[in-house]
Parts: sequence; structure tokens; C-alpha cells
Amino acid sequence: MNYNQPLELTGLLSHLDIFFRNNLPPFWASLVESILVLITILAAYAVIALILIYAERKITAFFQARLGPNRLGKYGSIQSIADMIKILIKEIIHINRVDRFLFYAAPFFVICSSVMAFGAIPFGKGLQAVDFNMGIVYLLTVSSLGVIGVLLAGWSSNNKYSMIGAMRSGAQFISYELSAAFALMTVVVMTGTMQLSEIVENQRYAWNIFNGHLPAIVAFVIYLISGHAETNRAPFDLPEAEGELTAGYHTEYSGMQFGFYYLAEYLNMFIIAAVATTVFLGGWMPFQLKGMDTFNQIMWYIPSYVWFIGKTAMLVFISLWVRWSFPRLRIDLLLNLEWKYLLPINLVNIIAMVVTVLAGWTLTGLFPNIFGITP
Amino acid sequence: MAEQIIFFILAVAIALFSVLAVTSKRIIRSAIYLLFVLVATAGLFLMLHYHFLFAVQVTVYAGGIMVLFIMAIFLTHRPGEIVDRRTNRKVKSSMLLSFGGLIVCGYIIVQNVTRTYSYVKEYEMKMQDIGYAMLGTGKYQFLLPFEAISLLLLACIIGAIMIARKEKSVESTDNKDLDK
Repeated sequence: MNYNQPLELTGLLSHLDIFFRNNLPPFWASLVESILVLITILAAYAVIALILIYAERKITAFFQARLGPNRLGKYGSIQSIADMIKILIKEIIHINRVDRFLFYAAPFFVICSSVMAFGAIPFGKGLQAVDFNMGIVYLLTVSSLGVIGVLLAGWSSNNKYSMIGAMRSGAQFISYELSAAFALMTVVVMTGTMQLSEIVENQRYAWNIFNGHLPAIVAFVIYLISGHAETNRAPFDLPEAEGELTAGYHTEYSGMQFGFYYLAEYLNMFIIAAVATTVFLGGWMPFQLKGMDTFNQIMWYIPSYVWFIGKTAMLVFISLWVRWSFPRLRIDLLLNLEWKYLLPINLVNIIAMVVTVLAGWTLTGLFPNIFGITP
Repeated sequence: MAEQIIFFILAVAIALFSVLAVTSKRIIRSAIYLLFVLVATAGLFLMLHYHFLFAVQVTVYAGGIMVLFIMAIFLTHRPGEIVDRRTNRKVKSSMLLSFGGLIVCGYIIVQNVTRTYSYVKEYEMKMQDIGYAMLGTGKYQFLLPFEAISLLLLACIIGAIMIARKEKSVESTDNKDLDK
């Protein structure tokens, strides 16, 4: 069952690895490879952010019956590159009477936690930088560091609006982190592993959302809601509610300092969508049916990273759709939603999933001939 | 070689930020230096290929406790204020105490380092093994302590809610005063 995969990058990558290993001592070979991986991840981070910003502006414009950016390049396609150059050469304004060290350190907490989570995502076959055996816990771990940057930014700005925004953000993040973690744990109960590569491999014939049917769908919806809230985007954008707080925790930041928050916000949206894709929608695995080799071969001609980006883009689109469809929540409604609805539903759901798995009611349990991985 | 370089970077970071955490004059900065110490310690666990402990260290200490520390410091009176240095005698006595602690801990570690070394396994520990160890009732399995700790945490949460909750009657009288 080895399908022909002409467009995968695994061959190229292994050639590169063999080339370095043959020509350099082991220490330098791994050093060079690590640096190359780092540069690739950072470049992908920046490029995806640019594409997301352009896509968001365009889609938002269509939602609001406008044209969006349309001057620079065909359909305004290089508008975000121009914006990037502009933000890079902007002056960083020094604020009086702030805690210098914390003020300048705060954006790095946010951007570091975002890059660390980004690095662990499996983008395609052989396109995963690190593959921990506790991959899901790792993703939750590093994304929990970002809130420290937000809190510090709010406090060190010496501005009451920033402070209120930061406190709101802290409360919101701590609350919704619980739901996101529980929703992912529901899937861990089903797959029996936390390693992202194994989770993707287990979804060869049945995506987790179908495999676990009812509990999995509930977990998926809860994960999308809480992920949306964690990234501080509308309708959960209270921390930066521009009507009340000017811009919340990043009011006092300028130039690239602000750019870091902006980048991290967009990339966190992408990371949430990518994790949901990996855990619930089969990750980079092409859509396959057991026993239908011709169909599977055609599906494998589409490379895995295209599958991944396609599924992720769909979820990002849903996130934008939600953003422009619902009004902003009030802070008490926001916390009510989490503590009184999502968390109890989640706890019941995780027990429902345990029962489903133990009774063998998952699709792989009920129909091992159609959906089981072993032939 | 790479491991040694990373170890020295982490060791220097831990030592430097530990000293800064106790000597800094602003309480909020102390908290951040402490955060750096905890994250660097997590880096040591990562070097030992003990990934689960790394994740727990970062989630519980850096992501959980430090966020609560920072929020609690925000609630204090003037968190960024520069505090005057304590008197010399106090500094000296605490230095002596910490040296005493260092000697005791160092002695214990040096005495036992060869013994623990044989426990550390070469391969990476599987998540499933940790799960069985936490939730089993056999030998070297820890369901009872695990449940005891969760009961303790539950008691803490209820206690915290009891302290934080305002008395209903007091609140209603306050409102009456406002109405007048």
C-alpha cells in the first residue's frame, strides 16, 4: 500500500540530511540543520502572517460589502508587504515613566510562545520540526506562556486602559484555556496517544471527528469557541475593545513592538485552526477509503501540505465568519459562558467519550473492516 | 558538546536570575526573574529527555502559578515601587542561612548522585507509563496520593471561595445605605 507521492518533500529533505551528514562532523551537521529548520519556521511564520492579514482584510471587506485593499498589485495582493515595510521602519516611541525592562520584554513573551507552538505543528508528511510524545500537552503548555506577556504589557504601560485590558485578558485566557485543554483531552481519550504524528496516522481512514461522532463533534465545537476566545478576537475581543479601552493592553506600543502583538494574534488564530485540523480533521492525511486503491492514489497525488493548508484555511475562514457575525460579549456574559456552560458540558462530554470508547461505539470499533487502520 | 554548551547557558541563567530575583528592588521584577528561573529549570528537564516533567514545570509554574503571582502583585498597593534595601544585618543573616542550606543540599546531592544516576533511563519515558503509574493501585503506582492531593485542592478551592465571598446580609445593608 505504498502510494506514489510525487510532490512530497520527504525525498528532498532526506537528500539534504544525507548531504549534510556526509560532509560535516555530526555536531556541525545537526547545528546547521537546526539553524535551517529555525530559519524555515520563522520565514513560514512571517509569510503566513502576511497572507492571513491580506485574507482577513479582503474577506472582511466582502462581508461588509466593500472592496478592501485594491490599489497595490493585482487585487491589492502586495498591500500587506507594503504594510510590513512601513511597520518595520516606524519609530519606536519611548514612553515616560514606564518600567523599561518589562515594557520591552513583554512583546517577546507573546511572540515566543506563539513561535514555539507554531514549531510543533505537523505541516505535512515529514514537515514537523519536533515530535514530542506529549505533543498536545506541549502545545497547551507553550501557549499558556503568552498571557504573561499581555499582563506585563498592560501593567508596564503605565496606563489605566492598558491595565484594564490586561486584567480582562488574563481572566479570559485562564478561563478558556481550561475548555480548550479538556476538549483536546477528549480526543486523547479516544486515540490513546498525545503524539501528534501518531494522532494523524490514526486518522487514516476515519477522521477523529467522525470516529468519535457525537462526543467528538461537541469537543470540536467547544475547542473552536475556546480557541477563538483565547486569541482575543471578536466577539471575545474585550481586552482590546476599541470603543471602551482605546486598544487595551497594546495601547502604548508603537512600531514593531506593536507589530509583534499583531503578528502573534494572527498566528495564534492560525495555530488554533491548525491544531483543530490535526486533532479533529485528520491533519495532513489525505482523504482515503479502505480498499479503494485507485481513489487513494488520486488523493495522494495532492501533496499532504496542500491538504493541511486547505483544511486549516477553511477553519480560519469560519473564525472570520464568526468574527463578523456576532456582537461583542460583555465581560460577565463571557465568563458565564465559560464557567456555567462550556466547562460542565465539557466534563460530561469527556465521560461520554470514555463510555463510547470502552463500549466500542467509535466507528473504528463498530466497523473495523471499513475504518480500522490495520488491514 | 552541544549539550554541555546548553547546560552552561541554562546553569548561568538559573544562577543569575535566582540572585536577581532576591536582590531586585521592585517586586514585579522579582516575579519575572523567578519566572525565568523556572523556565530555565524546565529547560534542564528537556535536556534530560524528561518531556513530561518539562511540560508540567512550564504549565504549572510558568503558566499557572506565575500568572497568579503577577495578578496578585497587581492587586497590591503600588507594585512597581522601588523598595528600600533592608538593613545590612538582615542581608548578612539571610546570606548565612542560604549558605547553610546550600551546604546541606549539596552534601545530600553529592552523596546520592551515583545512586540516582542509575535510576535515570536512557530512553524517553512514555506518556502511557506515567498514566498507569498515576492511576494504578499496584506497586509503584500512586492512585491514593493522587486522589488525596485532589481532595486537598478541592478543600483549598472551597476555602478560597468562602474567603472571597461577601456576606449576603452585609452587601444588602450597603445597598440600603447607598439608596438613602
